[in-house]
Amino acid sequence: MRVSDTLRFARDAASGTPLRTALLLLAMAIGVAAVVVLTALGDGARRYVVGEFSAIGSNLLIVLPGRSETRGFNPANLVTSTPRDLTVEDAAALRNGPGVIRIAPVVLGSSEISVGGKLRETMLVGTSAEFVEVRRLKLAQGRFLPQGEIGRGSNVAVIGATIRDELFGAEPALGKLIRVGDRRFRVVGVLTEGGQGMGMTTDELIIIPVATAQAMFNTNTLFRILIEGRSRESLQGIKAHALKTLIARHDGEEDVTLITQDAVLATFDKILRVLTFGVAGIAAISLAVAGILVMNVMLVSVAQRTAEIGLLKALGATAQTIRTAFLTEAAMLSLVGAVIGVLLGEAGAAVLRHLYPTFPAYPPPWSILAGVGTALVTGLVFGVMPARRAAQLDPVQALSKR
Amino acid sequence: MADASLIELTGIERTFHLGDSKVHALRHITLSIAAGEYVAVMGPSGSGKSTLLNLLGLLDRPDAGTYRLEGRDVTTLSPEVQAKVRSERIGFVFQIFHLVPRLTAAENIALPMMLAGVALAERSHRVAQALHDFGLEDRARHRPDQLSGGQRQRVAIARATVMHPAVILADEPTGNLDRATGEEVMRLLEVLNSQGVTLIVVTHDQTLGARARRQLSMLDGAVSLDTARPSGGAA
Repeated sequence: MRVSDTLRFARDAASGTPLRTALLLLAMAIGVAAVVVLTALGDGARRYVVGEFSAIGSNLLIVLPGRSETRGFNPANLVTSTPRDLTVEDAAALRNGPGVIRIAPVVLGSSEISVGGKLRETMLVGTSAEFVEVRRLKLAQGRFLPQGEIGRGSNVAVIGATIRDELFGAEPALGKLIRVGDRRFRVVGVLTEGGQGMGMTTDELIIIPVATAQAMFNTNTLFRILIEGRSRESLQGIKAHALKTLIARHDGEEDVTLITQDAVLATFDKILRVLTFGVAGIAAISLAVAGILVMNVMLVSVAQRTAEIGLLKALGATAQTIRTAFLTEAAMLSLVGAVIGVLLGEAGAAVLRHLYPTFPAYPPPWSILAGVGTALVTGLVFGVMPARRAAQLDPVQALSKR
Repeated sequence: MADASLIELTGIERTFHLGDSKVHALRHITLSIAAGEYVAVMGPSGSGKSTLLNLLGLLDRPDAGTYRLEGRDVTTLSPEVQAKVRSERIGFVFQIFHLVPRLTAAENIALPMMLAGVALAERSHRVAQALHDFGLEDRARHRPDQLSGGQRQRVAIARATVMHPAVILADEPTGNLDRATGEEVMRLLEVLNSQGVTLIVVTHDQTLGARARRQLSMLDGAVSLDTARPSGGAA
């Protein structure tokens, strides 16, 4: 039998029972679609987190006040306990480390801001001039905080795009005064829209000099110190130096936590990758179920077509021909179901992306290959037994069946 | 005569096991059929005539004895080679037609050629010829359930002859047809026989059997009467 004939014969046989075939295709399609959508979710989460962290800059060392008990990084370590204050002076001391090119102390708080009777609550970041490069921020208008000694604070502010729109609307914001808490600040710059990082958008931030922020919040403690190294390789040296310097400054006690961007990224990347494989595995179970359905449908097909199989043998079909015909039918059903499933899954992922535009729910290429491959393999594996049964039918008995 | 034999059976035995009991379906059948003969195999139900036909069509294997088809011992051939012999040398016509319900008349006729891997152009040429020969041109695109009984059997005969077999084995070909249609189907088969195809018809209809030039009567798995050998009976 020619290949094209085998394909056509299998297609006709499958379309001969439209309802049964449609149900089987649906089951297979749901299985594959589940794999595609769930891996899109898992991989989307991974991309989202990695993207968030990458936005901070990749040659970054982050200093947190307080010491976490266990070594090595895990997300729980991000919340550290019983800190000795991390001060602006500490930051200044770290500036001299080998390979350090920029340093940005960070104070975080929230405050009320107002312009001409318009009032709102917003996040306030106190930092240095180098923050703009460390965090890879871009300015739409004006300039960033002025260079100068970290310890000295002036009343200037850089505002996010949303803040600008809400407080000033179409009017120019540069040079205007805004009230933050009980102080007045001059707007020197506006950030571009869409900046991201550490789970918050910069559109709704106000950035002021670190000393001013500390005065406003009446604190000496820094939330973080961000250190940017010359290169990825220089980070280990910087880390060792920073730790030594801070221990010396903190009366010999190691009460800070240093984490590198790489470690954070690698860990999140690993966790979420495993998670994605996990959900893909769970989804693959539904494919196995669909495979059993393939077997059932093919067995019913063999039973219903017993007389036809007998006839084919009488007309000169070998056992091999009949086996191939039934296996082809099983493979064809699986493959068509899988393709429909991929389309459904892609559509589902597109709907997710439409509903949550910041969430990159793209199914990774391997998941589509794995989904279609698993569908095809299960279809073939579960198709072997019915095909063998068909091929082994005794033609005399098969023909006597009406 | 032995040289001209198309079919030569020697000492064929076939036993079925039904539960504890053994059924001797064929007992020591020795028989020779020449090319171009028209043979009717008759006998009551259970006399072994269908078993004989299945054996002649290589759908069944004897427990003992040899079957030579065109001088070649076909009992010892592998199932694959037997399938090839069926495909090329043997045509089947069944009582219940056995058309594939989802295929059109033309596709049913083309089925043996499809299984044999005949090229598409050659196939459609031969199907067109067969449709013409059997007066089915306006029924080519109809499915079996849209055809009358006579038309279905004509499709089946067209299918049996499309590979130009040496022998046509017909099992009660008129069993499901009314008298007039049955008559028409028999005439078609006899025309094929007159063109040189060996025709073996199994029937329990005496008048139908009487039309054949040679009658084989079977009883309890043995040949009880062979008009080619008036002395009759199996050895």
